[in-house]
Amino acid sequence: MRTQDVVKSHSQLLQKEMISRNYDRITGGEAKVSSTFVPGNLNELLMCFDIANNLPEINAIQNAMRKKSGEMITNAERSGHSEDVCTYVKADIGMMEKGNIAPNGKPFPNPDMLLLSYTGCFTSLKWFELLREQYQCPTVMLHVPYAADGKPTKNMRDYIVKQLKEDVIPLMEQVSGIKFDIDRLREYLRKSARAEDDLVWMLEQSKRKPSPIDCYFGGVYYMGPIFTAFRGTDEAIDYYQMLRGEIEQRIKLGLCAQTPEGDMPEEKYRLVVEGPPNWTSFREFWKMFYEMGAVVVASTYTKVGGVYDYDDFRHDPDHPLATLADYCLGVYTNRNLPTRVDMLARNVKEYEADGLLINSIKSCNSFSAGQLVMMREVEKLTGKPGAFIETDLVDPRYFSAANVKNRLESYFQMIDQKRRAGGSALAS
Amino acid sequence: MSKKSVKEIVSFCQEIFEDISFIRAREWKDAHPGRKVIGYMPVYVPREIIHAAGMLPLGILGGGADMEVIHGDAYYQSYICRIPRSTIELAITGRLDFVDGMMFPSICDVIRNMSGIWQLLFKDKFVRYFDTPQNFEDQVGGAFYVQELHELKAGLEKLGDCTISDADINNSIVVYNENRAWVNKVYDYRAATPWNAPAAEVYLLMRAGMVLPVEEHTRLMQDYLAAADREERPMRDNCRVTLIGTFCEQPPLNLIKSLEMAGCYIVDDDSMLVTRWLLKDVPSDGDPLENLSQAFLHHSAETAAKYEPNLEEKGNYMLESIRKRGADGVIFAAPSFCDPALLDQPMMVKRLKDAGIPYITMQYAENSGQMQPIREQAGTFADSIKLWSAS
Ligand code: SF4
Ligand code: SF4
Repeated sequence: MRTQDVVKSHSQLLQKEMISRNYDRITGGEAKVSSTFVPGNLNELLMCFDIANNLPEINAIQNAMRKKSGEMITNAERSGHSEDVCTYVKADIGMMEKGNIAPNGKPFPNPDMLLLSYTGCFTSLKWFELLREQYQCPTVMLHVPYAADGKPTKNMRDYIVKQLKEDVIPLMEQVSGIKFDIDRLREYLRKSARAEDDLVWMLEQSKRKPSPIDCYFGGVYYMGPIFTAFRGTDEAIDYYQMLRGEIEQRIKLGLCAQTPEGDMPEEKYRLVVEGPPNWTSFREFWKMFYEMGAVVVASTYTKVGGVYDYDDFRHDPDHPLATLADYCLGVYTNRNLPTRVDMLARNVKEYEADGLLINSIKSCNSFSAGQLVMMREVEKLTGKPGAFIETDLVDPRYFSAANVKNRLESYFQMIDQKRRAGGSALAS
Repeated sequence: MSKKSVKEIVSFCQEIFEDISFIRAREWKDAHPGRKVIGYMPVYVPREIIHAAGMLPLGILGGGADMEVIHGDAYYQSYICRIPRSTIELAITGRLDFVDGMMFPSICDVIRNMSGIWQLLFKDKFVRYFDTPQNFEDQVGGAFYVQELHELKAGLEKLGDCTISDADINNSIVVYNENRAWVNKVYDYRAATPWNAPAAEVYLLMRAGMVLPVEEHTRLMQDYLAAADREERPMRDNCRVTLIGTFCEQPPLNLIKSLEMAGCYIVDDDSMLVTRWLLKDVPSDGDPLENLSQAFLHHSAETAAKYEPNLEEKGNYMLESIRKRGADGVIFAAPSFCDPALLDQPMMVKRLKDAGIPYITMQYAENSGQMQPIREQAGTFADSIKLWSAS
C-alpha cells in the first residue's frame, strides 16, 4: 500500500468544505435555524424558507471523531440520563452542557424551531422532547408511519402530506416570515433528483471487481452532502458530478478502493455491511478492514437518510409533497425486517460479496433489534457466511478494538476456508 | 355475585399469571371450532375490534421472572431489553402455537422490529404492526387512524372469514366500557384503601384480564371488590406512591411485593395501560371506528411512547394522577435498556422537582432476582417521605 499521511481526493475536500460552510451558516446568526434528523430530512422544504438545517446526529459524529463525545456522554449521565439509552442523545445533551460549541469553534445558536421528523426511530421523539425542554422553541412533529408490510400505503402517504400542509409548512412560514412557494420546492426537488442519479451510479460502481470505492467507510463521506443540508442545491449536483468523474478515473486506472492511507493494493474480501459505523475509533475501525484487504461493497448505513437504489426512488418535482412523503417512508430503518433482509441478500448477490457483516450498535434499537435474525435469514438466502460484531456510535466505552479485530480475523479465515472448500457452509 | 374469598380469587389469578402455556386461552379456543386468538403486546390495541370479530385478545407481556430463556439470547443482543427475548422464547418453544395472529403496537423500535421477526419466522400467522397517530388533529392523525382501524378490521375479517358489522363493534364497545369502569373502580378502591387491595393482588387481577375473556374479567373484578370489602386488613403506616415506567416489560411480582413490604403503598401505576388507556366511555352508537379514534385522540392516557404536542401539558397527566390518587411520591421503575421509559424519565423528574414531589429511580428486568437493594431503597424512600410529611 502506498502510505501517506491522509490521502484526500478533490471531492473529499469539497465535501469537507461544504459541511463546514453549513456550520458557518448555522452559527452565523443570520439564517433561521431548524434542528431536524438525518433520516428522511426535509432539506428541500427547509430551503424554501431559507432555514438552515442543523442535524444533531452529525454534531454528535463530529464530536466523536474529535474524541469529545465520551466526556459529553458521561456529563449527560451525571445529570440523570441512563447509561442504557442512545448515545447520540446523550452526546447532544452533554454538548449543551459544554457550551454548545459547533465544530467551527462558534457557539450554536438556539434553534428557531425543532422539526421532529419522526422517521424510522422512536428515540428521536424523546430526543426532541428533551431538546424542546431546553430550547422552549416551536416544535413540530412529522409522524412518518412505519412501512410494516413492506410497502407504504396511500393512507400513510396522505397522512404525511396532510401533516406537511397543516402543521409543518405553516410553522416554517411563521418562523421564517416567508410564504411557501411550491414552485420553489419543485425546483429544488428537480436538483435533488439530478444529484441522486449520480449518487446511485456511484453506489453501483462497487459491483465492479475490484471495487473502486468503499461503500461504508468511504460511503459515509460520499453520502454527506445528500443526507445533510445540500440535497436540492447546485452544490450537491456539482459534488456528485465531481465524485463521478473521480470514480470514472479510478475505474479507468483499475484502482482498488481509496483509503486514508492511499489506494488498497489488493481487494481480498468483499463485504456487505449492515448498521452504522463506530465513530469514536472510525479510522482505526476502517484500518482493520483495509489492512486485511477487505472492502465494503454495499452498506445499509449509506441508506439511512433515504434509499435510492433498491426501488429506484428519486424526488419527483411533479408531486412535490407526495414525493417528500415517499422519501420519508422509504428510509432504510422505516422498512420492515423482511424488506431489509431482501435488500441485504440482493446486495450480497448482486455485488458478489463474500458475506454480510453486521456491526450491531448498542445505542440503536432501530437498527439493532432483530439483526441476529436478519443475519441468519441473509445467510439462508445467499449461502454466504455472516458475522456479527458489536460496537457503539459515539460512546468510546463500547469500542473494543481487540474484540472487533479478533472477530474480523476469524470471519476472514472462515471466508478463506469456504473458498478453499468451494462449498457453502454457513457461519455458526 | 359470587361469595368467593379474596384468597380464592387471587390464587385463581396467580395460576393464570404463572401459566406461560396459556391453558385458559387454549381452552377458550378449543371450546368452539373456528375460534381465533389474537395476541397483542403493550401498550395499546383496540381490543373492541378483536372482540367484535368473535376472537380472543390475548395480552402477551413476556415470559416473566421464572421462565428460562434458552433460545431468546440467540435472537437478541445483551443490550436489548428482556421482553422481546422472552416473548420469542414463548413463540419458538410452541407456547404461542395456538395464537392465530399477533399485534405489535407502535411503542418503540424493539416491538416495531419484532413485527418483522414474526413476519420472517412465523409466516403462516396474521401479523399486524399497529400504528397509532402521533398527530392528534381530527383531520390529520384522526383520518389516518380511522383508516388504520378499517385496515385492522379488514385483516381480522379475512383471518376469521367473517364480517364485522358496526353493531358488532358497538356491542364490544359497551362490553369494554364496562370492563374499564370496573378497572377504574379497582384502582379507585386501592387508592382509597390500599391496605385492603395490595398492589400485588391488583396486579394479578389485571394480569388475568390479559388472558380471560373480557366479560369474565369484569365479573372477576366485581367479585374481588366485593370480597376485598368483606375483609378488614390492617392498615400500615406506609407512604403512598405512584409507580411509573412499567408500561411494557413487566416488573417481577416480587418487585411489586417488595415495594409494599418496604413501606410504599402503590396507589397508581402504568402497568397494562391497555385496560384503562381510554379515559372516558366510548360512545356505543354511531360510527364505532370514528368513536374509537376520537377516544384515542382526545381522551387517552399519556405514556412515554406517546408524543405530547404541547410543552406545557407534558407531565400533567402524571401530576394529575398523583393528585387524584393522593400519592406522596413517585417510584420510577424502568426496564433496563428501555429508551422510551428512560428518556422520558428526566422530563418527568423535572416536573416532580418543580412541584416538590419526592421520587426515586430504579431499573429492573422481568427476571430480576435480587430484591434486597430494592427493598432498602424503597424503605429509605418511605421513611424520608414520612419524615418529610411529619415536619
Ligand atoms: S436510536 Fe438509532 S436511529 Fe434513533 S437516534 Fe439513536 S442512533 Fe439514531
Ligand atoms: S421495554 Fe421498553 S424498549 Fe423494551 S420493548 Fe418495551 S418499550 Fe420497547
